[in-house]
Amino acid sequence: MREYLLGNVAIAKGILEAGAGVVSGYPGTPSSEIVDYLAPIAKEHGIHVEWSVNEKVAMEVAIGASWTGTRSAVTMKHVGLNVAADPFMTLAYLGVGGGMVVISADDPYCHSSQNEQDSRRYAQFARIPCLDPADPQEARDMILRAFSLSEKFGLPVMVRPTTRVSHARADVEVGLPTKRVDSPKFFKNPPRRVALPVHARPLHAELLEKQAGIEATLAEELWNRAEMRGEVGIIASGIAGLYAAEAIAELEADLSLLRIGTYPIPRRSVGDFLERLDMVLVVEEMDAVIEEFVEMVAKERNPDVKILGKRSGSIPGVGELDPLIVRNAIAGMIDLPRKMAPKMSPEALTILPPRPPTLCPGCSHRAAYYAMRKAFGKDAVFPNDIGCYTMGVGMGTVDTCLCMGASITVGSGIRFGGEERPICAVLGDSTFLHSGLTGLLNAAYNGARMTVAILDNSITAMTGHQPHPGTGRTACCELSPPLSLEDICRSLGAGSVDTADPYDLESMIGAFERARDHPGLSVVVAKQACVISAMRAGVRRPRLAVDSEKCGGCKICIKFGCPAIEFDGNVAKINALCSGCGVCAQICPEKAIEVVK
Amino acid sequence: MRTSECDVVVVGVGGQGVILISEIIGRAAMMAGLSVRGVETHGMAQRGGSVINHIRVGCSFSAMISPGSADVLLAMEPVEALRYAHYLSPQGVALVNSRPVMPITVTTGMASYPSIEEILAPLRGICSQVKPMDATGLAEEAGSPQATNVVMLGALSEHLPIEEATILSALSETVPARFLEINKKAFELGKIEVE
Ligand code: SF4
Ligand code: SF4
Repeated sequence: MREYLLGNVAIAKGILEAGAGVVSGYPGTPSSEIVDYLAPIAKEHGIHVEWSVNEKVAMEVAIGASWTGTRSAVTMKHVGLNVAADPFMTLAYLGVGGGMVVISADDPYCHSSQNEQDSRRYAQFARIPCLDPADPQEARDMILRAFSLSEKFGLPVMVRPTTRVSHARADVEVGLPTKRVDSPKFFKNPPRRVALPVHARPLHAELLEKQAGIEATLAEELWNRAEMRGEVGIIASGIAGLYAAEAIAELEADLSLLRIGTYPIPRRSVGDFLERLDMVLVVEEMDAVIEEFVEMVAKERNPDVKILGKRSGSIPGVGELDPLIVRNAIAGMIDLPRKMAPKMSPEALTILPPRPPTLCPGCSHRAAYYAMRKAFGKDAVFPNDIGCYTMGVGMGTVDTCLCMGASITVGSGIRFGGEERPICAVLGDSTFLHSGLTGLLNAAYNGARMTVAILDNSITAMTGHQPHPGTGRTACCELSPPLSLEDICRSLGAGSVDTADPYDLESMIGAFERARDHPGLSVVVAKQACVISAMRAGVRRPRLAVDSEKCGGCKICIKFGCPAIEFDGNVAKINALCSGCGVCAQICPEKAIEVVK
Repeated sequence: MRTSECDVVVVGVGGQGVILISEIIGRAAMMAGLSVRGVETHGMAQRGGSVINHIRVGCSFSAMISPGSADVLLAMEPVEALRYAHYLSPQGVALVNSRPVMPITVTTGMASYPSIEEILAPLRGICSQVKPMDATGLAEEAGSPQATNVVMLGALSEHLPIEEATILSALSETVPARFLEINKKAFELGKIEVE
């Protein structure tokens, strides 16, 4: 069958074709659509699909499943692999039962991420194979191959798509889902399942012994292919291989091309390729993984070859590549003219108003921040976290953002470091359940005097509205046990726990004031559904409008920053984006904003 | 050598239905037996930020279009047309919805929104043809402002190497049946607008 598929959906279909029985993950752009696609159809395929509470948990669930002989896959974004690194590293020693694939999606250019980390390094670090797809078709094909390689070597195999593969669409050839007929069972085998030092030492040796076989097998994969056309060549990985192939076609140049799609990098193929060249350009996104390897192999096989790449400045070391960057690097190498994108006059560009992503009209986070600033003042310290609410950075209530769950812990450290001003750490419900619990426990245990605000909108909003334990249902829409954030916080040791609705500003401000005045560790839960999930659930609130007779033009509502409020001449005006949260009406000093009857 | 039959860059604001255009074109291209590539914006920028999708019909390389080489820039919003104008080839065509969506930087008074002429003039300087149209108005005329994306698709249709009938059947397969009539009308109005 040929279908026009999103890269992540092609991956999901590959997982079904491989007959995996368990798929787990934690949402993170650009990886989320894999589980999003599989969850609603899990039942009909008789498989278990879950949004786990974090990536470490997801990884361990997939490992357990693999140890019953069932094939499993786990999905996350690159930084999620940091969270899951602990089980991941030791799994390489213990090995898998059924094939297990770790999908870690990288985000060059940080489209939706806090860093540009290269997951290929992690695969190298753990000494497991890594497959690096260039497009949705390769992504689907590599998933199938990854399962069989995993079983062949008894190791987890990583598949590493990037944003431009996960969120690309293409006509993709896919097959039908398969149902595997193995009878799952956990076999007791302590030397291979219990990572005691006495077991780990021989397992480490075994892992090293496997490497030669892995390299020899991967060298034969069709994703590592060389085309010889002259003494000047290019070595390119993943999507950069497609950019290079397109540039060669467009330039109609006689250039040799070696594409690398698997890691460990095939040493022999690289050496054979280098031997026949005078000059080579290494094209890859993110780290110079291949380039460093090429430099090493060149020393043995062809010390005279001239190597261009990131170190020579031919390929940028940060951000993502595109076909033009690669084309120009290639043209520069063979002395052809560079092509320039049409330049707009600088004046034309100065008239462009920036359009950064913003909190939605009526987003409860905006109201919660407004109340927070009223209660704490702008001089307080606001350690923040990762979610939609980080977009509130313009409101003066986002002072730090490091990694998932770090708001509470960084806030505690700021207190212990000697900061005397009030501290209000902010994180969302999904992030709190992901990795804020331990931070809160630690803050209570070690006596951090601070407030923690949990902005609870009952969903993982930023990544596309995935459910979590606080939502009350699973990825597959099964009801889950009710959970009270307040009870959790109390039992972790918070001295005062208060809940308020950010749409009711007065009570929200009151809750923050009480928390601020509490002498120890206080928690405020700001509870209101995400407007998008509310809209999807059928909630409709009447819109609001400004009475232009009463509006004095003070712009207080404009400064609040809701995208539905505009300034029109000398009065405010509310546009069609209004979702009816009613908060602007509460801050207008003239009482000029009213519900449209 | 050309490496794609038709390269279209679709730009707009998160929430304007840019992804639907790519889905319909992709489907239509497959029906026509052409290979097709696309890439879209997901994640953070979807929250009211500026978004860009690439669509390449008759292409078997990557989904990314080189700056300076798009045959068509399909802009759902005027300043977004200018923001991504460097993707156009000198022979390219810009189809621009003239109805602004105010960015937060404008509504909060940090920046101002340029006039439509200030936007179109530099565009005219870098490509062969600029066609502004009130696509949102036409969509309203068709029955729903939500169909603005399909008006734009109608305007784009003559530039695609795909028969109109094929695009229309891809449209019918993609949009919910109850909105099909509105969407067909929107498509027609967009097509007529640029004729
Ligand atoms: S998606 Fe939900 S949480 Fe995110 S900005 Fe919009 S309303 Fe707020
Ligand atoms: S009620 Fe006011 S603050 Fe809420 S969405 Fe409408 S305009 Fe924005």
